[in-house]
Amino acid sequence: MTQPTAPGLRYAYYPGCSLEGTAREYGLSVRAVCARLGIELAEIPEWSCCGASSGHSTSRWLACTLAGRNLALAEGMGMDIAVACPACYIRLRKAHHEIKSDDSLREELSRLMAVPYQAKHRTRHLLDIISHDVGLENLKNKVVKPLKGMKLAAYYGCYLVRPPEIVAFDDPENPQCLDALLDTLGAEARDWSGKVDCCGGSLSLSKRQIARQLVDELVEMAGRAGAEAMVTACPLCHANLEMRQTGTDGNKIPVFYFTELIGLALGIAEARSWLKRHLVSPSGLLASYGL
Amino acid sequence: MQYFNDKGKAIIEAQFGAQVKKESGTEIDRCYQCLTCSLGCPSAFAMDYLPHQIVRMVQLGLREAVLTSSTIWVCADCQTCATRCPNEVDLVKIMDVLREISLREGLAKERGIADFHRLFLANIRQWGRQHELSLILKLKLRTRDLFSDLLPGMKMLMKGKLKLLPERFKEIEKVRDIFRRAEK
Repeated sequence: MTQPTAPGLRYAYYPGCSLEGTAREYGLSVRAVCARLGIELAEIPEWSCCGASSGHSTSRWLACTLAGRNLALAEGMGMDIAVACPACYIRLRKAHHEIKSDDSLREELSRLMAVPYQAKHRTRHLLDIISHDVGLENLKNKVVKPLKGMKLAAYYGCYLVRPPEIVAFDDPENPQCLDALLDTLGAEARDWSGKVDCCGGSLSLSKRQIARQLVDELVEMAGRAGAEAMVTACPLCHANLEMRQTGTDGNKIPVFYFTELIGLALGIAEARSWLKRHLVSPSGLLASYGL
Repeated sequence: MQYFNDKGKAIIEAQFGAQVKKESGTEIDRCYQCLTCSLGCPSAFAMDYLPHQIVRMVQLGLREAVLTSSTIWVCADCQTCATRCPNEVDLVKIMDVLREISLREGLAKERGIADFHRLFLANIRQWGRQHELSLILKLKLRTRDLFSDLLPGMKMLMKGKLKLLPERFKEIEKVRDIFRRAEK
């Protein structure tokens, strides 16, 4: 059931490495939901890794050029970039910002790409695109299976809100757009104070005990706020929250990608198959709501 | 100007503050030690020096103590400090510069984290995109920590969350070119 694309809802799509690996269900749900909402994603051919934390932790130059290569490829397509991974999102936005204000970096990148790079286009996160370009009113009209008041904690994490002058499309301390989106789907977004606290995802593989402590604090806070599951827009948060919870298998809290919940509410048939890839199964929770 | 301890080792380098200021492009002198950065820092409990102390130490030129600290590596890069700083001291950029210098000079204390970054970048250089399975295996071999996370790792494999083989990437030489230029 494809629907006509609304004018302007076309983006150069940067999937990022995680969405084809550990976050495959996020990648699949992003594509299915965008198709249903009339967002056209034209994948950037030959995109490469943005360098992530390891790039900027070791070399500013490397961080800017690894991300910049993708910015330049997208510029050649003449479209703004859509990205689903907040870690890629912040890298692309920061590189754009730095390259724009640094002539020598811009020249270096132009030389590398063999075309002049002008830093003309923006990088947008899909949560921003769905909330503001598609709009919650349009989203609401497409909901066929409302989420029946399921109690959820909207978890924004770091890179969708900080640093605000580079990335923010919402309030950096108390953002609302994911809460509003979940309410639109018929769920009940609980108010809680862990929304923008860091889960330690960048240390999940290299310094496990830090990640574990931060995840446990978040899970406890979400539980105290009455949430039965957490919702994220980040593949690193998702993997970290699922893997580093210390509870026993039965009491772990499920974590959804926001696009999976949109898929469920829009009645997209494959949505079930995305959820089967989770390490903490949400099927018991969904069944308790008759979903 | 340098100041030495009784073993003849330089402990204070007056130019260090200026070097960090220049490389990070942030005004470290503006810090008035209000502790906002340290109070909001999620990794503070695992640090040997708190973030506001690192800023002060950089100002004072305590080069080696800063570059061999755990703090610069257990920083989770959450950006809270720089976002909340009332004086716009960009501690995120300062941390990046400190890690960069620390690696360059072979002073990184948290070897596990520094190794992770190195292997991560080596994989991008090899494949163009990150291949998670080989990254995890290489990290396990390097840190000789073979058995932790075995269960969730197996579960991820079975659920198709870890691609077995890296994807073929046509423009790999262009990505390698970036790394080659970075080395110059």
